[in-house]
Amino acid sequence: MTTSETMARESAKSSGQTYKPQDGLLLEVEDLHVEFHTPDGIARAINGVNFDLFEGQTLAILGESGSGKSVTAQAIMGILDMPPAVIPKGQIRYCGQDLLTMPDEQRRRTRGPEISMVFQDALSSLNPVFPVGWQIAEMFRVHRGMNKSDALERAVKLMQRVQIPAAKERVGAYPHQFSGGMRQRIMIAMAIALDPAVLIADEPTTALDVTVQAQIMALLQELQEERQMGLILITHDLGVVANVADKIAVMYAGRIVERADVYDLYRQPGHPYTKGLLESIPRLDQKGQQLAAIGGLPPNLMRIPEGCAFNPRCKFAQDVCREDRPALLEVAPGRESACHFAEEVLHG
Amino acid sequence: MTEASTIAVGAETSAPAGHDEARSLTSDAWRSLKKNPIFWVSMALIVAFLLMAVWPSLFTNVDPAEAVLKQARERPSANAWFGRDIQGYDIYSRTIYGARASILVGVFASIATVLIGGAMGVIAGYYGGWLDAVVSRVTDIFFAIPLLLGGILFMATFPNDVDSPYLLVVGKVVLVLSIFGWPGLARLMRSSVLQVKPNDYVQAARALGATPWRIIRAHVLPNALAPMIVVATINLGVFISVEATLSFLGIGLTPPAISWGVAISDAIVALRTTPHILLFPSLFLSLAVLAFIMLGDAVRDAFDPKSR
Repeated sequence: MTTSETMARESAKSSGQTYKPQDGLLLEVEDLHVEFHTPDGIARAINGVNFDLFEGQTLAILGESGSGKSVTAQAIMGILDMPPAVIPKGQIRYCGQDLLTMPDEQRRRTRGPEISMVFQDALSSLNPVFPVGWQIAEMFRVHRGMNKSDALERAVKLMQRVQIPAAKERVGAYPHQFSGGMRQRIMIAMAIALDPAVLIADEPTTALDVTVQAQIMALLQELQEERQMGLILITHDLGVVANVADKIAVMYAGRIVERADVYDLYRQPGHPYTKGLLESIPRLDQKGQQLAAIGGLPPNLMRIPEGCAFNPRCKFAQDVCREDRPALLEVAPGRESACHFAEEVLHG
Repeated sequence: MTEASTIAVGAETSAPAGHDEARSLTSDAWRSLKKNPIFWVSMALIVAFLLMAVWPSLFTNVDPAEAVLKQARERPSANAWFGRDIQGYDIYSRTIYGARASILVGVFASIATVLIGGAMGVIAGYYGGWLDAVVSRVTDIFFAIPLLLGGILFMATFPNDVDSPYLLVVGKVVLVLSIFGWPGLARLMRSSVLQVKPNDYVQAARALGATPWRIIRAHVLPNALAPMIVVATINLGVFISVEATLSFLGIGLTPPAISWGVAISDAIVALRTTPHILLFPSLFLSLAVLAFIMLGDAVRDAFDPKSR
């Protein structure tokens, strides 16, 4: 299965530019900065984000609203509206080539066949006026130049692959005739239609109820393993990523504050913010008690605090935190934390 | 994988045969149009008006330019079905012959304003930035000029001669109406594009590698068109009546051109004593406008999957 898939991918892409990952390294994000120039001032949404993504790897980017996780995804996809967004610094390399300096047309061609994305709101990410089959088939018609009936046949196959019951009969149905979970499946079908090497899922389960969430996550994981895609999973829900992700990067105020393997991070958070997040998950064995919460609010991106951005909300904060910004450093094998007191947090 | 493929195979075998014909927006829209009686009523009316416009002699063999002053203001009779007007013209014949100018003016002014206004609105709404600023200000400038003032200026600058060819006379009116009629549609289109653009499916299309042109054509336009269709079909009637106003002021269609507008404005002086002179051209005008509005409504409904 995997070999034939890979061969199909190679032959299909031979028509245009080919991208070959080196040692399985698909995507490198280096010192990425994104600013939004608004009439009220400059909002610094991302302030130096670094990460790598390998084939078959699932990286979860975790953070609350406004932490810059969706902006990171949009910057990688190249769908930020510029202006108001500006990328003053940084590189996003796909198979060694910088996407940010690539000509627009060449970059557009990477979207779909190389890097693809699933959006958070399944209810609004399908075009309401076209049948779902037509929309999936559009991927094949536009990118692969297939004729209508072949493309539609492939669309049915894909709908079956994402486990839509009675796909053949429903290929002509419109988005509003599907439930939220089914629509998200269709969105996933469109995103994987051209066998992308990198799939970004931006809160793919936010708009769905809990049982459907689990099904969608299982489907994503299954597809990722089957096709050996690099998957970037963006979420604010710690529960969603626990079973799926290999690595987790926790973002706060546009920076990665902690990065670790998923089990390490859950067992022993290495940053006060992560610790706070984990403590704020409702637990069955703490029934009836007050739910822990991180005090305060996320910082205004136009006035990010000096030093560590988290210091106004941090229990561990000392004077040094208010003056000096901690770098993301390795604190234990395979895990990094951006905190002056990472050791204490980790072991305390 | 195995579980998935069993489900998939099950679905495939249970699918009833003959349901996998290619479905698209247009074929679905046509299918629902065919079932809509309003569509057929409006089409029947429109076809009748188009026939009148192209071959008026099919409907009458009375010369519309033949004035029988002796019988002026005569009420409807077997001799003259709709009666005669102030000049003694046969109203039935004048109304039939008047369809041509009115339909030409209404249809072409509507098409022109939809094309200009729609294009401007899409450009302004989709691309935004300085393009939006420029287009929006140009729109505002045209908005600031009253239609009648603009019409008088235009017609005074390029007056009609008695021997001007018919199509030139009509064309000028169409031109005036288009020049001053597009800004409204441009604004409408711009605002509905702005509403559609931030939708996730437009972002998703971008993320899946669609070109800007494709995004506009397949994702923005079909979702932004509905208000435009409604307003454009209503405008069609408005244009026919504005043509009447222009004609009333002597700057629109000028005799010997025959139009419903001219007939209506001529009839107003005799409204109290002989209302039938006004009745028939107005009735035809209303029917024509109604037909186009009904068509617009039916088309809009057909292109909205949720209304099926």
